[in-house]
Amino acid sequence: MGKIIVMTSGKGGVGKTTSSAAFATGLALRGFKTVVIDFDVGLRNLDLVMGCERRVVFDFINVINGEAKLNQALIKDKRVDNLYILPTSQTRDKDALTKEGVERILNELCKEFDYIVCDSPAGIERGALMSLYFADHAIIVTNPEVSSVRDSDRILGVLNSKSRRAEQGMEPVTQQLLLTRYDPERVEKGEMLKVDDVLEILAIPLLGVIPESQAVLRASNIGMPVILDENSNAGQAYLDAVGRFLGEDVEHRFTTVQKKGLFSRLLRRSA
Amino acid sequence: MVAVSSAGQVNERDAPFQLRGNSFTMMVLKVLDPVSANFFPALAGKVRQAPNFFRHAPIVLDFDELSADVTFDVAAFVARVREQYLLPIGFHGGPATVQEQSLACGLVPMPTGRAAKLELARPVDSSGQPVAPPPEPVFRPALVISEPVRSGTQIYAQGTDLIITAPVSHGAEVLADGNIHVYGALRGRALAGISGDNGARIFCQSLEAEVVSIAGLYRVSEDLDPSLLKKAVQIRLDDGFLRIALL
Repeated sequence: MGKIIVMTSGKGGVGKTTSSAAFATGLALRGFKTVVIDFDVGLRNLDLVMGCERRVVFDFINVINGEAKLNQALIKDKRVDNLYILPTSQTRDKDALTKEGVERILNELCKEFDYIVCDSPAGIERGALMSLYFADHAIIVTNPEVSSVRDSDRILGVLNSKSRRAEQGMEPVTQQLLLTRYDPERVEKGEMLKVDDVLEILAIPLLGVIPESQAVLRASNIGMPVILDENSNAGQAYLDAVGRFLGEDVEHRFTTVQKKGLFSRLLRRSA
Repeated sequence: MVAVSSAGQVNERDAPFQLRGNSFTMMVLKVLDPVSANFFPALAGKVRQAPNFFRHAPIVLDFDELSADVTFDVAAFVARVREQYLLPIGFHGGPATVQEQSLACGLVPMPTGRAAKLELARPVDSSGQPVAPPPEPVFRPALVISEPVRSGTQIYAQGTDLIITAPVSHGAEVLADGNIHVYGALRGRALAGISGDNGARIFCQSLEAEVVSIAGLYRVSEDLDPSLLKKAVQIRLDDGFLRIALL
C-alpha cells in the first residue's frame, strides 16, 4: 500500500520542486517504486526539472477528466529504474483539480507504487490544499529566512486542520523539516537564521539541511535532479535526507563552515 | 431527491446555507463629546499609532455617557469615523434622538458588552428591596492546549481560562474569557478577559507578542518596554492601565 508524501512550504521559490525531484529520485535509487506528481497546475515545472518535458502527451488533469488513462500520462524516467513522473497541465489552472478526481488517482497509484511524492504549489489555496489533503507524510521545505519560516508555520497549521487525517481524526500527518539554501558562512556572520532558530519556531523534527549550491541551477538547466550529481554538496545532502526519512541515523553535514584546505583548492571541488 | 423527515423539514444537508452561532471581539468607541473640535484630530492620532491594527476594524459606538440634551448629526458623525478607516457597525445607549438616528443610518443596536462599570453597591430591584446576589459561577475547567499554536490559528477559551504548554506562533490568536497562561513563547496575539473581566491576567514564559489585551484594553508590540521582551511576565489591568511585570 503506497505512502503519500507531500513536499510543501507555503512560501514560493524555496525549493519544493527541486526537493520533490531529488527526493523521489533518491527513493527510487533505494529500490522503491516511486512516482512524483506535479500539483502546480498552469505553472508546471516538475517535468523540466526531471528532464522529461519533451515526452509529455497526457497529464494529471487529462486523467482527472477521464480524457486519458493513468498509464498513458505516467512517464517513465530514463535514468533511474522504478521512477515515474505524472506531469500536470500547463494550459488549465488549479480549478481543474477536484477532490474526487485526485482521490481516485491517488488510490490507483497507491496500489502500484511504494511512494507517491506530491510536489505542492506555493500558497494555501486550492492547489496546495489538494496536494496535502491525502498526505501521510509532509516535508516542510523552508529557507532559513523569516518570511519562509512564518509561511511554513502557517502551512503546518493548515496540515493540522485541513488534511483528511485531521478532518477524520486519524493519526496526524507526520511532519518533518527540510531546511534548504542553507549558507553556513552567512549564518556565522549573523545574516541568516541558524538551524536551531528555525527549529525553535517550527518545533518539528529536522529531516535534513540542504546547503546553498550552484549545482542546483546547473542540474535544473540540464533537466537532471541534483541528487544524481554525486559531487555536489546539495546532492549528497539529499541522499542523507532520504536515508533519514527511511529511518537511518545519518549525521547532519554541511551545516558548518568548511575550512577549505590548500589541497581541495587545488583540486577545485565543486560546491 | 430531497429527503423529507416526518416533521416536513428539508434535510439540513441539502439547505443552501448554514446558520451558526459565533462570537466576535470588537472594539468599543466610547463617545464622550461628539461635537468637540478635537474629536476627530484626536481619533486620527490614535489610529496613526497602529494603523494596520485599526484599519477596517469593526467598532461599536457607545453613546451611554452622552447627556440627554446632546444633539448632533449621527449620520455625518459616522461618515467622519469611517474616514479614519474604522467601521462602525453598531451602537449602544444614548438619548432617544441619537438612537433613532443611529438606527436610521443602518447601525445595529448592540446589547451591552460586559466591560461594565464596577458596581460596588448591592443592586436593588424596583421596590427598593436588595436583590439576592447572583448564583455562584459554576466551575468550568480550563482549556488546555499542548501543541504549538500555529500561525493563522485562533483558539478561544469560552467562559474559562486558557492554558498552553507550547509556543504561540506569530500570526496566531489566543483568546479567553478568563486568564491566559502560555508556558512557552508568546509570539502572536493574546486577548484575555474578552467578555469584560478586568481581573483576567496573561502569563507567559517569553514575551514576544504582537498584541496583548485585557478586557479590551490593548498594547501593541511596539509599545512594549524593551526590557520586558523575551522575559517571563505577568500582564494585568491595574486601575485602568495595563501593567506588565517580570515573574
